[in-house]
Amino acid sequence: MFGKLGLDALPHDPITIGGVVGGTIALIGIAVAMTYFKKWKWLWQNWITSLDPKKIGIMYIIVAAVMLLRGLADAAMLRAQQAVFATGDGGPISPDLFQQVFSAHGTIMIFFVAMGVIFGLINLIVPLQIGSRDVAFPFLNSVSLWLFVAGMVLINVALGIGEFSAAGWLAYPPLSELQYSPGTGVDYWIWSLQIAGVGSLLSGVNFIATILKMRRKGMTLMKMPIFTWSVLCAMVLVVFAFPILTATLGMLSLDRTLGMHFFTSDMGGNPMMYINLIWAWGHPEVYILILPAFGIFSEIVPVFSRKRLFGYVSMVWALIAITVLSFTVWLHHFFTMGSGAKVNAFFGIMTMVIAIPTGVKVFNWIFTMFRGRVKFATPMLWFMGFVVTFTIGGLTGVLMAVPGIDFQVHNSLFLVAHFHNMIIGGVLFGVFAGFTYWFPKFTGFRLNERLGKYAFWLWLVGFLLAFMPLYALGFMGAVRRLDHYDPSMGWQGLFIVAGVGVLVILLGVGMQILQLIVSIVQRKKNMVTGDPWDGRTLEWSTPTPIPEYNYARLDTVTERDEFWEQKQAGTKDRRNVKYEDIDIPKNSGYGPFIAAAAFIVGFGVIWHIWWLALVGLVAVIVLIIMRTLKEDTETTLSAKTIASQEAKLWSKTI
Amino acid sequence: MSEKVNELKLKLLEDKTTSGFWLYVMTDCILFASLFATYVVLHGNIAGGPSGSDIFQLPIVLTETFILLTSSFACGIALLAMKQGKTKQMLGWLATTYLLGVAFLTIELTEFSGLIGEGHGWQQSAFLSAFFTLVGTHGAHIFVGLLWLLTLGLVFFKRGMSEKLKRQFILFGLFWHFLDVIWIFIFTVVYLMGVA
Amino acid sequence: MRKIVKVILGFVAIAGIAGIAYVLLHNANMPVLNPQGEIADKQRQLIIFTVTLGMFVIIPVFVMLFTFAWKYREGNTKQKYTPNDGSNKLIEGLWWGIPILIIGVLSFVTWQSSHDLDPYKKLSSSVKPVKVQVVALQWRWLFIYPDEGIATINELRMPEKTPVNFELTADAPMNGFWIPSLGSQVYAMSGMTSQLSLMADSTGEYAGSSSNISGKGYAGMNFKAISMSSGDYNAWVKKTAETGKDLDWSKYSGEIAKPTENSPVSYYVVRDNDLFRKVIMKYMSEGESHTHEDMEDSAHSHSETEMH
Repeated sequence: MFGKLGLDALPHDPITIGGVVGGTIALIGIAVAMTYFKKWKWLWQNWITSLDPKKIGIMYIIVAAVMLLRGLADAAMLRAQQAVFATGDGGPISPDLFQQVFSAHGTIMIFFVAMGVIFGLINLIVPLQIGSRDVAFPFLNSVSLWLFVAGMVLINVALGIGEFSAAGWLAYPPLSELQYSPGTGVDYWIWSLQIAGVGSLLSGVNFIATILKMRRKGMTLMKMPIFTWSVLCAMVLVVFAFPILTATLGMLSLDRTLGMHFFTSDMGGNPMMYINLIWAWGHPEVYILILPAFGIFSEIVPVFSRKRLFGYVSMVWALIAITVLSFTVWLHHFFTMGSGAKVNAFFGIMTMVIAIPTGVKVFNWIFTMFRGRVKFATPMLWFMGFVVTFTIGGLTGVLMAVPGIDFQVHNSLFLVAHFHNMIIGGVLFGVFAGFTYWFPKFTGFRLNERLGKYAFWLWLVGFLLAFMPLYALGFMGAVRRLDHYDPSMGWQGLFIVAGVGVLVILLGVGMQILQLIVSIVQRKKNMVTGDPWDGRTLEWSTPTPIPEYNYARLDTVTERDEFWEQKQAGTKDRRNVKYEDIDIPKNSGYGPFIAAAAFIVGFGVIWHIWWLALVGLVAVIVLIIMRTLKEDTETTLSAKTIASQEAKLWSKTI
Repeated sequence: MSEKVNELKLKLLEDKTTSGFWLYVMTDCILFASLFATYVVLHGNIAGGPSGSDIFQLPIVLTETFILLTSSFACGIALLAMKQGKTKQMLGWLATTYLLGVAFLTIELTEFSGLIGEGHGWQQSAFLSAFFTLVGTHGAHIFVGLLWLLTLGLVFFKRGMSEKLKRQFILFGLFWHFLDVIWIFIFTVVYLMGVA
Repeated sequence: MRKIVKVILGFVAIAGIAGIAYVLLHNANMPVLNPQGEIADKQRQLIIFTVTLGMFVIIPVFVMLFTFAWKYREGNTKQKYTPNDGSNKLIEGLWWGIPILIIGVLSFVTWQSSHDLDPYKKLSSSVKPVKVQVVALQWRWLFIYPDEGIATINELRMPEKTPVNFELTADAPMNGFWIPSLGSQVYAMSGMTSQLSLMADSTGEYAGSSSNISGKGYAGMNFKAISMSSGDYNAWVKKTAETGKDLDWSKYSGEIAKPTENSPVSYYVVRDNDLFRKVIMKYMSEGESHTHEDMEDSAHSHSETEMH
């Protein structure tokens, strides 16, 4: 009746129990507060059922921020174990728990933090930047968000009911097959990613269609803001790479659930095939994360240098080159699997070749600053930190691209340092910069500058302390994922330094939370117009708060950096403007319901509660059909309503 | 709202829905490509069990192919009739499409259950796992397509024809032809090359 | 004034980092940078070469970044301000061109070194190589010496200045076999063999470990690689052949292959010459042969006389 589910699925060790209890109390607290302030209806009507990409974007970011805290807690546990207990007799974290913690850490950070903030920013910014009112498929957008949430819920449920995977963030077989991982851990990993992955795939389709079909008249591709270009390239990667993930997770799941033999070590299975497939997805995935971060910096540097982006055309071609090349390098993740010299050399060379357009972008950003007027507000500080850290990471990447060198650093802490260098220094710094930059656009007030700068320095110093020692440790022969090691290796000192680094990073995060709170409390003193930074692109031409329909009029665009040009030419007169009726999508609860049904499918399959999985599957199909049959999915705002709304918004702003 | 704006709106709607659907079809291609690649790598790993030449029955596969291709043809004629406003013809040919699709699935499921009955299920070897999954995924897509066609038929009977419904029938046709193309690859790579 | 302090601090930081780099390169605890084997030595040279090449990009980037940030900061109104300057073909050509050149050189070196350091390539030497068959287990290493008829757990002994030709498999999830002082790591996978060739420059004791997670006891998969003079090595082989415990297939399946953590070093006399092949065949069905070597035959040569 309940498959494999029984009372023994509840957690046994104190740390997990603590986490579950803490999390549950927090959730109960929130539920109580919501009930007390009678906010359930407001939440349902204004947020959960909203199809407004601006709101969807904010929800993505909130989920990602919460998961960042969990991922950092995981990281702190790993560092604490390695700095303090690893040379002794064990400590509070058993090897099995340690392995679940690092598997969860990687999975959460990539799939739910990084992908979450990236999709969040894409939703917030892209429709505005292309001068559009919405994305191409607003309902699909909601489905994507809620599938993402369903995956997030599933991976958190694993904490309290059952266990998580102990096979690393990519679950290589044969370790991830039933023979060596008989529990539910790997299944939780598979299904939370499978569900969230479908959401990502749908977003890929959605945003390519949006960018290609819904640009303002006159905005040719080469007049688009660079952030939008970077998103277009990233979404092309999504559309080509995520189906591979879907197929591969599906096959692993078939192995584990139906006894198939794709990747088992016997009966003809081939684990090496999994490794090829998963990295054929996995490498494009990291470019999906970094390209939008590049795009963010391409927006920030010109605005804060008060100078046009240097080499726009070069930047676009560099993005396209990186996109295409990212499909030709995946084997560099397993040079040591023995594919032979020629194959290794080919993939190594292709990996280095990607460094060329990437380097070009760095030079172009720096040259944007040349003969500009650079203002070192917080977003620009993040940019400086990015160049410093990302360049080091790029160097170590080129090092590892040489197969001969990789043979000595693969799977060591050198590798761990490299990819954290790229993801923290590149993706995370970019996201923080973008968050600070675009925050006033959506809220109407700026974030506290002083606290923002402190947070930056804490993050930068913390990052360097936490990861530079790892390069050294790699050279000292320390491999990754160790829960204990021989004290005579001489590694502990560097682990302690790394541990201090994590603490500094945690202080940085604390500073960011403080910054948020202080900024909200002091917001009345920091109110800004819709254009606080003297921006260049269309999103800054809207009032704040931005109306649901974004733009009342869809005037033709003539230039790159259209808004900047408008300001220079002085064409901002708002009187005697004609308005027309606007159709906007109605709210819909189908998104969250479909995601809930998907969650039920996942949970059912994980615990072998087959009737539950079937119910979930039927529910998904029925809900989709019902939504397809629905006719009244839009509502019209009359021209008169628009006119009065615009008058109100602009009277506050100017 | 003015007539012209309405027209432009419809055109944009059609435009982006069609491009969105093509994009989706592309992702489905990649999904099948992954399954094909896996099949090609694993098809020789028979683990002491049967190989393709042992279990594939070409006459049956040829029948399936004929049925599916005819189904696609019927769908094409149906859409042509739809464009010309010949509703009765459209319905007739769509019913044919549907019935042939059901026939295809029936034969395929019979093939599968036959194999399983003889002990050659997906648990016997990597080759069989890959075979059942690749061909089965195509079958699952056929099933979804048939469900979709039924739903569209339902909409037609409840609300009659509309521009939106016409668009959706065209997208269905696209999907159905796409599944045809995938089948041709399966027929060639799995069955023909398996027996050779 | 405060900004100048920051710039100076920046340079101090860079000098500090350079100093640390120097210290690291001469730290005996860093086997990758202080190799004791021929392969690891070549790899260190590659590392130094690549980092040096990389400096041609890194240094200009850092210099330009901090110079421009300082010179063109908002408060410094004396500098030229060209807000609409968006392109300069010459400069852009320069930073497409120079990286292309650098990567071109590096690609050539990559091609060469990839062949030279191919783990399938046997090291050439006038000395007869020692053959070792490696079985990665949960969670220890079994080393079989087929020519000598002995085996060890968690201790790899070899004569100095002699090529050791490894054949690796696993009776466990995928593992990585790594002795950083001596050189390349390679994956050990069940149902197939991979190959590696290493040679120690002199006598010494080196740490070895697994580099790919294989379950609960993975962190305990450490072993010692001990390079001895050939006299000492031969003596050890003789002693082990006389005093080692019996190792046949039933002892292997019944005891050695079972999941065990933190195994002590043990020595065995091999009573079954076919032991290694039997381990591989555990994952094969009848009539199936699936060596990694078969798959890669065309990709590399097995010439024993190739110069290095």
